[in-house]
Amino acid sequence: MTVIHFITAFFSDGAHWHGYDGIPTRLVEHVEFSLIALGIAAAVGLPIGLLTGHYGRGGNALALLATAARALPSFGLLVLLFVLMGLSKLPVLIPLVVLAIPPILVTTYEAVRTVDPPPVDAARGMGMHSMKILFQVELPVALPLILSGLRSAAIQVVSTATIAAYVSFGGVGRYIIDGLYQRNYEKVVGGATLVAALALATLGLFGLASRFAVSRGVRQR
Amino acid sequence: MIGALISIEAVSKRYPDGTVAVDGLSLEVPDRSITVLVGPSGCGKTTTLRMINRMIELTGGRILIDGEDIQHKPVNALRRSMGYVIQNAGLFQHRTIADNIGTVPRMLGWSKAKARERSMELMERVGLDTSMAKRYPYQLSGGQQQRVGVARALAADPPVLLMDEPFSAVDPVVRRGLQEELLRIQEELGKTIVFVTHDIDEAIRVGDMIAVLRTGGRLAQYAPPDQLLSTPADAAVEDFLGADRGIRGLSFFGTDALTVDPGGIVASDATAQQVSSRATEGLGHLLVVGVDGRPLGWADAARLRESGAAAAGPKGGPAQLLPHGQAFRHGEDSLRVALDCAVLSPTGWAVAVDGEGRAVGVVSQEQIAAAIRAAHSQRGTAPVDVGAAR
Ligand SMILES: Nc1ncnc2c1ncn2[C@@H]1O[C@H](COP(=O)(O)OP(=O)(O)O)[C@@H](O)[C@H]1O
Ligand SMILES: [Mg+2]
Repeated sequence: MTVIHFITAFFSDGAHWHGYDGIPTRLVEHVEFSLIALGIAAAVGLPIGLLTGHYGRGGNALALLATAARALPSFGLLVLLFVLMGLSKLPVLIPLVVLAIPPILVTTYEAVRTVDPPPVDAARGMGMHSMKILFQVELPVALPLILSGLRSAAIQVVSTATIAAYVSFGGVGRYIIDGLYQRNYEKVVGGATLVAALALATLGLFGLASRFAVSRGVRQR
Repeated sequence: MIGALISIEAVSKRYPDGTVAVDGLSLEVPDRSITVLVGPSGCGKTTTLRMINRMIELTGGRILIDGEDIQHKPVNALRRSMGYVIQNAGLFQHRTIADNIGTVPRMLGWSKAKARERSMELMERVGLDTSMAKRYPYQLSGGQQQRVGVARALAADPPVLLMDEPFSAVDPVVRRGLQEELLRIQEELGKTIVFVTHDIDEAIRVGDMIAVLRTGGRLAQYAPPDQLLSTPADAAVEDFLGADRGIRGLSFFGTDALTVDPGGIVASDATAQQVSSRATEGLGHLLVVGVDGRPLGWADAARLRESGAAAAGPKGGPAQLLPHGQAFRHGEDSLRVALDCAVLSPTGWAVAVDGEGRAVGVVSQEQIAAAIRAAHSQRGTAPVDVGAAR
């Protein structure tokens, strides 16, 4: 049996397409959960990154925090929180958010901080207010880099949400954990394929987003 | 809006690290004129300029615009009343050319349509084709970007324009064009322009008044360009002006008072009799002109008379003409151009033409030198030794 056989067997089995353990349900769970985690991380990381980048202060503190957060083992944190907090969505959400904030925060900070100074100087010189400079001059130019930070955060969240199944949470990781437990390799491979597909879809979505959100004048440089 | 008067009164700037960039600088910047701040790198030009729009806060003295202290105005309102142009233009990469130019009008609450109309008008004013309106900065050359920078600064019609080395990053030919464009725009608009450069030639070309700064932000001399060239305040300024300041100073003397001799001109279809009647004292040549009156070249006077034929006849044909070289426009070009023509002429005599390029006379280096001395004594400035300067 090859991997291809496992994949075709998994996806052609009609039973895998219905019910609470069906592929659609698991995909929706996975995506929903990833979106919530990414949304919270962005809500924290973007404003702090934008403001610190704009004022050019707090870079060192940010780098330190980010390194610390990166050093935290997501899986260890997940198990610890599960033990501490019991079976709920929060122990799963927190590690994902902690995982997603550093790439968003650090790239946003760097993206804004390294914006070419002359246009910013010109904007100040024409009497533009500070926040208007941030959103109308710096952000549009920093956007490609900011989107790349969001993209790596999103991919990490989508991949890591798989391990949430370990603490009895759904998502496509369910297939991998259950498959391993049941020694059902068809299920394991099917689950892994779904995770890979989700990561690729995330990449594709961000590609589209930068096409539409980034000005042609910035993209072409 | 027409330019305002800027008074810089004993202004100083000490940076937090203790650097004194400007020290007790006083300058009266006349309205509706271009005042250039020039000096070596690090002498405080940028600091001075940026104190006027409060990008840098002064630490001593005061600056008045039309009598009003700039510290009494809200800072963003003050900046909106002044156009600001920097090196490399500093255009917004994500905005089209039209949107770049319309930035301040939009900030002031103009409608999109009105701002757009204004952008088009300004593109024409600064010599840009309006078909470029929808392009992005990356699609423009450095010189074109700088034109957009000037247009953007002029968009809300501010009375004051601050320019910090605006043309330093473009090549000399483009720079020359931009300088000429600036002078033309200024003639039409009459702004008060403070222009920073480290290039003394640029200062002399564009400035109505020139403030030479020395390191530490002290004023070395403040004078119109011709006066600066003829009477530098001290050895340091003289040094900064460079070696051939006498020659460069001639750019400020016109040729209207220069007498040119029409006797040295002969038509290409002249008869032998006509040829023999033409002569200029001290000149062994005659300037042959075509039927349209434009110069063709120099012919040896004696040979022309000997051959007894018309200048363009079989024996005195164009092959025997010396090239007449560059001619100067009488009354329009400066004494510097006239002298240059004479120096480069194979006969040592310069050819004067009218606006249509028709020869009106010839003039020798000595006669130009005499005119230079006369011009200097009339202005009361020190005479320039043309012999040495040449
Ligand atoms: N932010 C600053 N902090 C400390 N010193 C500065 C600062 N900006 C400029 N300087 C110093 O002030 C002096 C004048 O600078 P500047 O006005 O930029 O000169 P210029 O424009 O004539 O080259 C220089 O010695 C420069 O190093
Ligand atoms: Mg400077």
